[in-house]
Amino acid sequence: MTSASPRETTEGAVYTVTGGDWDEVARAAAKSDDERIVVNMGPQHPSTHGVLRLILEIDGETVTEARCGIGYLHTGIEKNLEYRTWTQGTTFVTRMDYLTSFFNETAYCLAVEKLLGIEDEVPDRATVIRVLLMELNRLSSHLVAIATGGMELGATTIMIYGFRDRELILDIYELITGLRMNHAYIRPGGLALDLPPGAVDQVREFVKKMKKNLPEYDKLATGNPVFKGRMQDIGYLDLAGCMALGVTGPILRSTGLPHDLRKAQPYCGYETYDFEVPTAETCDAYGRFLIRLEEMRQSLRIVEQCLDRLAPGPVMVADKKIAWPAQLALGPDGLGNSLDHIKNIMGTSMEALIHHFKLVTEGFRVPPGQAYVAVESPKGELGVHVVSDGGTRPFRVHYREPSFTNLQAMAAMCEGAQVADVIVAVASIDPVMGGVDR
Amino acid sequence: MSDAHSDDDKTPKTTADKAAETTADKTAPVKAAPDKTPSEKASDQPPSARTPNGVNPEKDLSASNLPGQRGDQGEEIRVQHGMFGANNGGDTSGYGGLVRSIRLPGEAVRPYGGWFDEVADELEGALEEQDLLPENAITKTVVDRGELTFHIEREHLVRVARTLRDDPALRFELCTGVSGVHYPGDKGRELHAVYHLRSITHNRLIRLEVSAPDADPHVPSLVSVYPTNDWHERETYDFFGIVFDGHPALTRIMMPDDWQGFPQRKDYPLGGIPVEYKGAQIPAPDQRRSYS
Repeated sequence: MTSASPRETTEGAVYTVTGGDWDEVARAAAKSDDERIVVNMGPQHPSTHGVLRLILEIDGETVTEARCGIGYLHTGIEKNLEYRTWTQGTTFVTRMDYLTSFFNETAYCLAVEKLLGIEDEVPDRATVIRVLLMELNRLSSHLVAIATGGMELGATTIMIYGFRDRELILDIYELITGLRMNHAYIRPGGLALDLPPGAVDQVREFVKKMKKNLPEYDKLATGNPVFKGRMQDIGYLDLAGCMALGVTGPILRSTGLPHDLRKAQPYCGYETYDFEVPTAETCDAYGRFLIRLEEMRQSLRIVEQCLDRLAPGPVMVADKKIAWPAQLALGPDGLGNSLDHIKNIMGTSMEALIHHFKLVTEGFRVPPGQAYVAVESPKGELGVHVVSDGGTRPFRVHYREPSFTNLQAMAAMCEGAQVADVIVAVASIDPVMGGVDR
Repeated sequence: MSDAHSDDDKTPKTTADKAAETTADKTAPVKAAPDKTPSEKASDQPPSARTPNGVNPEKDLSASNLPGQRGDQGEEIRVQHGMFGANNGGDTSGYGGLVRSIRLPGEAVRPYGGWFDEVADELEGALEEQDLLPENAITKTVVDRGELTFHIEREHLVRVARTLRDDPALRFELCTGVSGVHYPGDKGRELHAVYHLRSITHNRLIRLEVSAPDADPHVPSLVSVYPTNDWHERETYDFFGIVFDGHPALTRIMMPDDWQGFPQRKDYPLGGIPVEYKGAQIPAPDQRRSYS
């Protein structure tokens, strides 16, 4: 392959990347047997999980080489974070992998809290609500994975089921955070605001309903011969492959290794919750499906334990120099600063006004240094590397996205398989392009 | 994660050690910050005798009341003049004469505490077995906020990583990729590549940090040791321009192939346009006042 050569124009250097490479590929394709062709799948194909481009070289029905083209959804979130305060950061990170918002937010906030050295001061209630939301989020993310995975096989019923149940969870999100997605609810030091009245009842109601609904997936898919025929032994990746490619999450657990950061390196008090880490020995898409189903059951268990633990108390650190003055209330024009809070800062407390003003305009300072915090997102190890230079803005935030890392395994799973199996293999990775490209 | 630093505080120290630490710390008078963890509070040593290792030196607020000051400890990465981002023309803030040095946590001294010493010993031993002097490969070891960081000379990075992966006592079999950081003020070491290695066998996490000057932005590729770094190194190349020598196909991954410049370097502007809101002009995010 020849590399692209620059050509100087009045607008600057222009690189032609299409020329040499594709000519060579086309020539080589013409020389070899007629069946071998290069196919572009995407970047906007209904079964490629967003704007993912798959470049497949196929020989008849067999994929001989598979590559991914990514970057179509790159929004520069990591760069943008360097121009906002530490608190504003959650508004950005929640949009990375938009199906696992609460994991992005929690990981970011845990990292900022580690840099601040206030891990032990985050109130218990805030931590329990974080766990509650993360586990609900695990459910909603796995529901989408199973639903879209089913749809890509042509099983539209399971798609309807999955989105029906996810809707129940989105309703809970909306009640608690005000938004169905992109919540920015978890903040450095705690939460933006406490649970609204009725939230606990609604979550309990949901758990009851979900316990009834979950067996439907078993009935519909687990024993279904067509489903099994499409998924068993497809997207094979063994333990050595997972380790080399850095693959984590359900894909790693489908090789029989019960690696889950909630057990291995507990955060947010996960060591005190009673749950199991399901594994499978099959290394294939079917095993991953079963693991996701079982993880949803385990998440329901954790959600119930969270509800039992919720004790009244603050949801933000006591330190007024860090705690965002988020005394929010629902007014006639939507959610905003509560009138009581405004009365307090404008009429009674000069100090509260100063803190409000300083935190909102300037933000708080974070001591210089770096920290890495990893949480177990539904897709695997979600790591956040945060660097501070002592300022009011992050110096650098890097997300180690499980979708990004796991998607690299696509070639290993697909090469040598049938074209139709590519869809199943990619679906079993469960990549979300918002997370891959960031 | 692990609270190795609290273990560290409990380790008995010899009088000689204490004396050495006291002299080392004399230059930076420290007082105990109120937010100590209980185990640290229980320590019967005077605060000034405490070693900087394991303990977040930030919590020992020094004479300067500004948060984020490290006194003379740590490694200076930048000197900051003024405040509120007022650097063009007349400064009316009154902070124009303020000079602050920005310091990252500095080198730690033994013992590092917890399993950190074990990993450091094993790594040094394993490197010696390969006829590589550890002090040539590991330029600095930093312990901060319960995390262990080895700063590695770039020419020895691949050897160190392979040792960390293959040595049965180390077994860092999972690499979580590379994160680039650009320190324009850290002359001669502007570009940093940061790797986090996880050992599932021993349930540990360490960090490797490699630096390269802006003029020669080359770091050896770790793809031969950790194939997962393929895309991660492409991403870091794309955003920071760090050239990973030995990478099988180092091309841009997020930005278009013909993109000019490296967007996540500090001198690369964020971009954006001013927006009008209720009659007022709101400047683009990178034009707003910064307070840092």
